[in-house]
Amino acid sequence: MSKQRTAAIVNGDPVEFLSDAGQTLLDVLRDELHLTGSKEGCGSGDCGSCSVIVDGRLVCSCLMLAAEVEGCRVQTIEGLSTGSTLHPLQQKFLDHAALQCGFCTPGILMASKALLDANPDPTESEARYWLAGNLCRCTGYDKIIKAVLDAAAELRQDRKSA
Amino acid sequence: MNKPVKPEDTGAILKVVGTRPIRPDGVEKVTGRAAYGADLHLPGMLIGKIKRSPHAHARIISIDTRKALALPGVKAVMTSADMPDLAAEHYEAGESASNLRDLSANVMARGKVLYHGHAIAAVAATSNAIADQALDLIEIVYETLPHVIDVEEAMAPGAPILHDQMFTAGLGETPTKASNIATKHRLDRGDLAAGFGAADIIVETRYSSAAVHQGYIEPHACVASYAADGQTQVWSSSQGHFVIRGLCAKLLKMRFSDVRVIPAEIGGGFGGKTTVYLEPLALVLSQKSGHPVKMVMTREEVFRATGPTSASVVTVKMGAKLDGTITAAQVDLKFQAGAFAGSPVGAAVMTSLACYDVANFEVTGWDVVTNSPKVAAYRAPGAPNAALGVECAVDELAEKLGIDPMTMREKNAVRNGVRAPYGPVYKNIGYVETLEAIKSHPHMSIPLGPNQGRGIAAGFWFNIGGESTVNVSINEDGTAIVSTGSPDIGGSRASMAMMAAEVLGIGVEQVRPIVADTASIGFSTVTGGSRTTFATGMAVVQAAEKLVADMKRRAAETWGVEIDQVVWQDGAAHCLQAGKAPKGALTLAALAGSAGKTGGPIATVVALNAQGAGPGFGVHVCDVEVDPETGHVTVLRYTAAQDVGKAIHPAYVEGQIQGGVAQGIGWALNEEYVFSTGGIMENAGFLDYRVPVASDLPMIDAVMVEVPNPAHPYGAKGVGEVPIVPPLAALAIAVRHATGVRMHDLPLSPSKIRAAIDAKAG
Repeated sequence: MSKQRTAAIVNGDPVEFLSDAGQTLLDVLRDELHLTGSKEGCGSGDCGSCSVIVDGRLVCSCLMLAAEVEGCRVQTIEGLSTGSTLHPLQQKFLDHAALQCGFCTPGILMASKALLDANPDPTESEARYWLAGNLCRCTGYDKIIKAVLDAAAELRQDRKSA
Repeated sequence: MNKPVKPEDTGAILKVVGTRPIRPDGVEKVTGRAAYGADLHLPGMLIGKIKRSPHAHARIISIDTRKALALPGVKAVMTSADMPDLAAEHYEAGESASNLRDLSANVMARGKVLYHGHAIAAVAATSNAIADQALDLIEIVYETLPHVIDVEEAMAPGAPILHDQMFTAGLGETPTKASNIATKHRLDRGDLAAGFGAADIIVETRYSSAAVHQGYIEPHACVASYAADGQTQVWSSSQGHFVIRGLCAKLLKMRFSDVRVIPAEIGGGFGGKTTVYLEPLALVLSQKSGHPVKMVMTREEVFRATGPTSASVVTVKMGAKLDGTITAAQVDLKFQAGAFAGSPVGAAVMTSLACYDVANFEVTGWDVVTNSPKVAAYRAPGAPNAALGVECAVDELAEKLGIDPMTMREKNAVRNGVRAPYGPVYKNIGYVETLEAIKSHPHMSIPLGPNQGRGIAAGFWFNIGGESTVNVSINEDGTAIVSTGSPDIGGSRASMAMMAAEVLGIGVEQVRPIVADTASIGFSTVTGGSRTTFATGMAVVQAAEKLVADMKRRAAETWGVEIDQVVWQDGAAHCLQAGKAPKGALTLAALAGSAGKTGGPIATVVALNAQGAGPGFGVHVCDVEVDPETGHVTVLRYTAAQDVGKAIHPAYVEGQIQGGVAQGIGWALNEEYVFSTGGIMENAGFLDYRVPVASDLPMIDAVMVEVPNPAHPYGAKGVGEVPIVPPLAALAIAVRHATGVRMHDLPLSPSKIRAAIDAKAG
């Protein structure tokens, strides 16, 4: 079985990779591009640990074939901060102690980024429903939701003062 | 510890303990750089996969691996024939003991397969696809046997027997007939008949709960690399890399010094990662192939072959006087152990009445093997199941007596000086204070609407101490390194750094805490039993205190004064004798910079077996609304109070409480292993095994009650496990008050609630 060549932009940089027909985007991110920040918790799109943003849309990278990202812009957790400056979501997750084991955190951060890109001022309920596809077994979600809402407020403030 | 400092005396001057700094491993975890079990890649590494039983119970007639081994790209195939045949030896691993013979037969079936998904062979190949193909080429002939999964059916006469050599222990005499009941446990006190005789009212009730999984989001993962000289390295995500080392060495008859286990970050465990599944197999495959081997479970494998906790049936008979005084309690606990003996029923027996001062009781527990995955520890193992029955029985009694459920609990509450049902006399416990915290909480006065109900329940967990080793060293610039052997599962690096910083008198950002591998530090048992902040924390404090004493000695020598003329304050030695220290205080940095002149490097090790862990109590109140049309339960609000001793890092203490509550809510409402008639789990994925998601839950108000534990330098008690104990009962009781029906079988699924409401309506 011959491999397929795919070219995409990952975290702002052009990449090319070869993949088997059945390889998922998550497989390629982790095994070929060595971007192991995206995690596999289920492989069936139920836990959200592999959440990435493809052309502005939040996806479970375990449910997308690698070859499908030809020509796309892919954002992963490794591209969320700017250089050594954390994204406000990352900072707020630290400030609020919104992670315990940290395994679901990359996926939750990417899902939260997609939320705030789409809705800069979510209610608690909107944040809870948006993140319903991202399982966290450690925190009971309380501090995660607070961190997301706090980050949203800060980003709105940043936009106002910009 | 030389002189335990009473927290109430030092509370005012604590500078670090009790604050909420950012965790030292936080940035790694929010940037995706933290390396978990599946994130390691080694050159020449193979992929290992497991062939699993398609039957719930069968005799293995033959296994033919020749075709699999002949497939190009396959480098090794193994079965239990490649592992030593072990005697029944017990190995202590923190909260749970393993029978090594059973454990060996669990990681790789021997003679029989005992549950659907039981490992029977494993392969190592150059790719995932080839490994999958190889599994299909392994030919196994089975003789299927009748199976049994339900705990009461497994106890019944005529049930299919899992182990021909299992004779019930604890009956007084050894039976002659094999049984699925491994052990009968019993705990009693007083005169049960007299106690019931003195009661004005007696309730007899029965509650059951389904098997549930710990549900850590990270599937089990490891890499093993066996070298030609027998020295091996294992990278593994676990709650205790020393226990992984011990179990691998014991199961494979290797020298402990030849097995170096390097802890990966752990993506959740909750008790379920205190044992081995993959590591011994990866080691055998690595030895046979001559390559490093990585093994990562799928989510389906996690459900089918690891964890879960016991399904249970709890019957309670409880009597009380009209004033609410409980006069007698009789509790019977039947626990599913899975394929091998060792359910947490012993702990369930001991915890079941731990909140109640009852003079007359008898508690019986049954450890029952079944054709389902061998249960593993899950957060306060056994206690939630027991509390479901006992707390609901107390609520039934209170309802019949017309007494407020909070008053009922206060009236019968254990206090300091009361002998716990499981033996010791309670000291420094904060149960009454925790009850009071809920009683006076604003939550209690929020009015309820139609179809809404409020449930109150209490819970107990022992908490443990145990063995830990800690190294603390001072760097040349006066910063510090704290090495422990305790995996950080939810923020313990932060609490370790904070306690060291407090003693050394420096900022927490100047302390770098690390989790060292098994070749880099002395033995430390698992992160489990709510022990790490207590026990490993105690070792950190003692090590830091030793260094302070050492630095005072160095300063005294430098100044030419007696050591009692030196005090340590704010990270520096100060001289009390006038004129002896013309340059002023000697800071940690100054002392570290000149350490070569005062005796060499500043470093120490403390290894201890921590005693005096303070038991923990929690009291929860939750409000629910039940949709009478659908039977769906919405959790409206939830408040959990807990005696935590002293919160070292309050945000992570709150997080433990909130996380435990969320798991308890899932256990109460949604989660269960559903088996087909063929004994196959039908919901082995997160779509059908429904753990709580963000939109299922309200904010969870964690109320920290601080009744210090004098055995810990800052008063800490374990906190991680107590919070999962009350929710099962709290939810069941809330649903009762919302609907008017008593629900006796968890989970409280919409269909069951609808059926109960319909039945009541007639």
